[in-house]
Amino acid sequence: MSHDHDSHDSPESNNRRRLLQGMAALPLIGLPAVSNFARAANIPTAQVNTTKLAVTDTEVVVGQLHSATGTMAISETGSIQAEQLAIDQINAMGGVLGRKIRVIKEDGASDWPTFAEKSKKLLINDRAACVFGCWTSASRKAVLPIFEKENGLLYYPTFYEGLEQSKNVIYTGQEATQQILWGLDWANTEKKAKSFFLIGSDYIWPRTSNKIARKHIENKLKGKVVGEEYYPLGHTNFNSLINKIKLAKPDCIYAVVVGGSNVSFYKQLKAAGITADKQFLLTISVTEDELLGIGGENSAGFYACMKYFQSLDNPNNKKFVEAFKAKYGPKSVIGDVTQAGYLGPWLWKAAVEKAKSFDVAKVAAASPGIEFKEAPEGYVKIHENHHLWSKARIGQMTMDGQFKVIAESPQLIVPDPFPKGYQ
Amino acid sequence: MDSLKALIKRYQLGSLLLLTLLLVVVLPLTLDIFRLNLVGKYLCYAFVAVGLVMVWGYGGVLSLGQGVFFGLGGYAMAMFLKLEASDPESTKIQSTPGIPDFMDWNQITSLPAFWVPFKSLPLALLAVVLVPMALAWLISFAMFKRRVGGVYFAIITQAVALICTVLIIGQQGYTGGVNGMTDLKTMLGWDTRTDSAKYILYFLSAGLLIASILLCMWIQKSKLGTLLLAMRDKEDRVRFSGYDVAMFKVFVFCLAAALSAIGGAMFTLQVGFMSPSFVGIVPSIEMVIFAAVGGRMSLVGAVYGALLVNFGKTYFSETAPDLWLFLMAALFIGVVLAFPNGLAGLYESHIKPWIARRLAARKAGATPRTPAAPTPPAPPASPMSGSAPPAAPAQA
Amino acid sequence: MSLTDMYNIALMQGFAGLSLFAVLLLMGLGLAIIFGQMGVINMAHGEFMAIGAYTIFLFSTLTQNYLPDAMQAYFPFAICVAFVIAFIVGWFVEWALIRHLYKRPLDTLLATWGLSLGMQQMFRSTFGPKEVSPTLPDWLMGSWAPSEGLDIPINGMFVLALTALVTGLVMLALYKSRWGLRVRATVSNRVMANAIGINTKKTDRLTFAIGCGIAGVAGAAFTTIGSTGPTSGQLYIVDSFLVVTFGGAASLLGTVVSAFGIAQTQSISEFFMTGSMAKVLTLSLIVLILMMRPQGLFASKVRR
Repeated sequence: MSHDHDSHDSPESNNRRRLLQGMAALPLIGLPAVSNFARAANIPTAQVNTTKLAVTDTEVVVGQLHSATGTMAISETGSIQAEQLAIDQINAMGGVLGRKIRVIKEDGASDWPTFAEKSKKLLINDRAACVFGCWTSASRKAVLPIFEKENGLLYYPTFYEGLEQSKNVIYTGQEATQQILWGLDWANTEKKAKSFFLIGSDYIWPRTSNKIARKHIENKLKGKVVGEEYYPLGHTNFNSLINKIKLAKPDCIYAVVVGGSNVSFYKQLKAAGITADKQFLLTISVTEDELLGIGGENSAGFYACMKYFQSLDNPNNKKFVEAFKAKYGPKSVIGDVTQAGYLGPWLWKAAVEKAKSFDVAKVAAASPGIEFKEAPEGYVKIHENHHLWSKARIGQMTMDGQFKVIAESPQLIVPDPFPKGYQ
Repeated sequence: MDSLKALIKRYQLGSLLLLTLLLVVVLPLTLDIFRLNLVGKYLCYAFVAVGLVMVWGYGGVLSLGQGVFFGLGGYAMAMFLKLEASDPESTKIQSTPGIPDFMDWNQITSLPAFWVPFKSLPLALLAVVLVPMALAWLISFAMFKRRVGGVYFAIITQAVALICTVLIIGQQGYTGGVNGMTDLKTMLGWDTRTDSAKYILYFLSAGLLIASILLCMWIQKSKLGTLLLAMRDKEDRVRFSGYDVAMFKVFVFCLAAALSAIGGAMFTLQVGFMSPSFVGIVPSIEMVIFAAVGGRMSLVGAVYGALLVNFGKTYFSETAPDLWLFLMAALFIGVVLAFPNGLAGLYESHIKPWIARRLAARKAGATPRTPAAPTPPAPPASPMSGSAPPAAPAQA
Repeated sequence: MSLTDMYNIALMQGFAGLSLFAVLLLMGLGLAIIFGQMGVINMAHGEFMAIGAYTIFLFSTLTQNYLPDAMQAYFPFAICVAFVIAFIVGWFVEWALIRHLYKRPLDTLLATWGLSLGMQQMFRSTFGPKEVSPTLPDWLMGSWAPSEGLDIPINGMFVLALTALVTGLVMLALYKSRWGLRVRATVSNRVMANAIGINTKKTDRLTFAIGCGIAGVAGAAFTTIGSTGPTSGQLYIVDSFLVVTFGGAASLLGTVVSAFGIAQTQSISEFFMTGSMAKVLTLSLIVLILMMRPQGLFASKVRR
C-alpha cells in the first residue's frame, strides 16, 4: 500500500519512543514545567544544532507562514491561532529540549509567489528550525521546491489531494483517500446512495478528490456518477447547476465547493427547495469555519466527512476547545484544519526530542512512528510517508453551526498519497 | 571624451548611467544573495513598467491587461523548463512517465500538440516574445482600427485578463491550473537554483532591462516617438496629416507586450515557477502603479517605481501587513492627485532646481574649478517630463 | 424523465437566467449612472456594494441581539439605510477625490482603484477577514412551489422585484425629475448647461452619490444570494463594467438589454457546459462583440 521509504527505526529509538509516549501522556495544560524537560536543557547547542539553525541555549526560532490577508485569510486564520496556541502551551511546559519557541510570523497574503518569497526568507535569512504553514495546495506547491532545496521542514495542516510526499514536509491533514473512501462507503451502506452528483470549485484539490470519488463509486461501489461540475473560485451563481442537479436526481450530492462560494451554494440550494429532508448531501469541504458564514438555517441536516469536529466527545478535545476559547473568545469555532494545525507543533516537539536534535534531517528521520495521544481528534501517528494515520468521521450540520457526530471509522485509516487504482 | 559627453547629454543618458551603476555595481555589492534575488524579481516587473511608459505615457493607451503578457512570457518559459524537469527518469512513478506531473494527475496520457515545440529552447524563446505580441496584435488591431477610446480599451483589456485567468485555471490538465507550473529546476542541465546561477540571472535581467530601455529611448528619439506624442495630444490632427494612427498604437502596444513577456520569462527563471496569479486583474493594475509611481513619462523612473513599490510591499508585509493596503491606496490616490508625473516629475520640479541652485551658489562663492558643463539655473522645461500640467490622454 | 419534468426544469432554468439578469442589472445600474452619465470610471464600485452588504450584516446582528422580535421586518429598513450610507460615502468621495479628476478619466480609474484597496482594508479591520453572511428573515428563504417539482427561489424573486423597482425609479428620476433634466443637460453639453444656470458641480456630486447609493442597494440585495467579505467587491467589478460598456455607456436602456443578453448567455451555456467554460465563452463573446462594435449595443450621440 504505502511507498517504499527507508525506515529509520532502530531498537534504541523504539525505547526512546516508549519514553516519549510517557512524556506525551502529560496533561496538555495547567502543568508547570517539569523536571523531565529541565534535563533536556543540558544538551549543548552545538550538539542539537549542527546545521546553523537559529537555535541558542534558551531559544529556538520557528516560522509561521499563512495568509493573514487576502481571500485565504478566511480559512487560514484558524490555523494561525491553533499553531500559536500549541506553541504557547509547549512554551508553558518548558519548551523543546529546554528551549523556548520563538515564532516569526510571515504573511503569504493569499499570493503563491509571496509564499515562495517568504519561505525563502524564513529558511535562508531567519534559519527557522521548522515552519508551520500553507493552506492551499497552490501555496504548498510554490514553497515545496524551496523547502527541498534549502532543506527546511514544513508542517502542512490542510486536508489535500495527495499525490505528493516529501522528506521536508509533514502532512498533518488527511490526504484525499483518507477523507473520501470511507465516507463514500458510509453513504453507500447507511444512506443507500447509488447515484452521485459531483460538484467542485475549479482547481486541483476538488478535481483530484472527485476523480478518486468517481473511481471508488464506479469500481468499488458499483454506483453511478450522474454529473460532475466545476465552477471558478468565488463563483456566486449556482442556479443553473441546481437545475442540472434536479434534472439528474442523484441519491447524493457530493460537494467539494470551497471558500466564499459555499455560502452562495447552500443559500441557493435552500432557495431552490433542496433541503436536507428531501436530499442527501455529503461534503468534504465544509467545516465549522465555513458554517459560520453559511448559517445553520441554510445547511442544517446535510453531512460532512472530516477527521475532526469541534463537538467531538473526548477528554482531549474538551481541554483543547476550552483552551482555544479561553484564548480566542467564546464565540470562536474550530474546524478540521484548525485542529490539524494544532497537531503540528506537538508532533515537531516529539520528533525533536526523539532525535535529540533540531537538525532537519534528523527530525525528519525521527518523525515516522511519532505518536500524539493527546490529539483532540483522538490519537494520531506519523506514517513513514510523512502523513498521519487518522480516523474519518461523519458529522451532520446543525442549526447552531456545529456538527453532530453520526459515525466514525472503526480503525485508523492508513495514509496513501499515491493510491493504486485511483489514478 | 567631449563627444561622449555630448552624446550622453543629447540622449539624456545620465540618469540611465546612474541606474546602471546602481543595478550592476551598488546593489550586488551591498545586498546578500537573498535580497539581490528579490531585486532581480522586482526588475522583472520593471520590464512591464517600461512597456507601460511607452504605451501609456507616450501612446496614451492605458492597458489593464499587461499581466496577461507577463504571464504568457512566463508560461512559455515555464513550459520549456517544466518539460526538462519532467524527463522519464524523474517522473517514473507516474502512470505516463515523461509528461509534466499535473498532466498525469489530470489523466492526460500524452503530451498535447501545442506543448511539443516547447521541447526546444530556441522555439520556446521565440514563443516568449512572439505569442504575447500576436495576442497583443489581435486585441489591439481591431480596436484601434475602430478608434476605441482609452477608457473602453482599458475595460476590454481587463476583461481579457479575466478570461485568461479563468481559462488557465479551468484547463488545468494543460496549464497546471491554480497551482501553476512549479518545481522548475534546470535549464539545459544548468541548475537555476544555485547562488551562482542567481547572480548570473540577476545580471542577465539587469542587462536586458537596460537594453530594453535603450531601445525605447531610441524609439522615443526617432520620428515615431514624436508621432506618438503628437497622437496622444491631438490624435485627430495626426490622422488628418495622413498618418495611420491605429498602426502606431498597435505597434507600441505590441512592443509593450513583448517587454512584459521578457520580464515574465526572466521572472520564471529567477523564481522557479509561474502561476495564474500574475495574469489576473489585480496584478495587472498593480503593474500600472509601478509606472505611475516612477513617472509615466520616464523610462528610468519606471524602473525606480517598480523597485520602490515592490520593496515597500515586501518590507511592509514583513513588518505591518495591515498598513500595506492603506499605503498602497495612498500611493494610487497621491500619485494621481498630487504627483501625476511620479518620482521623475518630483525630480524635475524639486530636486533638479535645488541641485542647480546649490551648484550656482557654490559657483558664485568659490572660483569655478571646471568651466565645463554649466548647469542651467532654472528648471528646464523638458518636453518629456516637464512640470506642465499632467499629460492626461483625454480620449473618452 | 417525464414531460412535466422537462417543462419544470425549463421554467426554472428560465428563472435562473432572469435572476442572474436582475443581479447583473442591479450591479450595472449604479455604474451606468456614474460611468455612462458622468464618464467617471469608478473602480471602487464593488466596494460600495460591499458597504451595502455590510450594512445589512450589521443590522441583522444588531437586530438579533437587541430586537429579536423585529427580525422579520429589519430587511427593507436596512436596505434603505444601505442606500443612505453608500450615498453619503459617495458624496464625500466625490468631494475629496473625483471632482479633481473629471478631465482625466484614466486617472480616476487609478485613483478609485486605490480607494477600493483602502476600503477593502477598512472592511478587514472592522469586520475581520472572514466572510460574513447576515441572518435573513424567514420570508426571504426557501422557495415558492406552485406545483410538484417546480421551485421558484424566493430570494431570486425578491432581487428581481427590487431590481424592477430601482430601475423604474432611476428611469423616472432621470427622465421626469429636475435632477434628471440637469444631469442630461450636463451630459450633453457641460458648458452650455453651466451657462444657463445649472450648477454642474452640484449635479455631478449628486449623480455620483446616487450611483453609489444604488450600488449600496445592490450589495444589500446580494446578501440574500451570497456572502460578503472584504474582497467581495472585486468579484463584481469586471462584470459590472462589461454590462455597462456592452450596453453602450450612456444608454440606460442599453444597460438593461445587455444585462439581459449576458445573463441569458451565461445561464444557458452554464446548463450545457461547465461553469468555468461558460464564463470564458460569455466573456469572450462580449469582448468580440465590443471589438466589432466598440460603442456598445446602443450607441448614443455623446460619445466620440
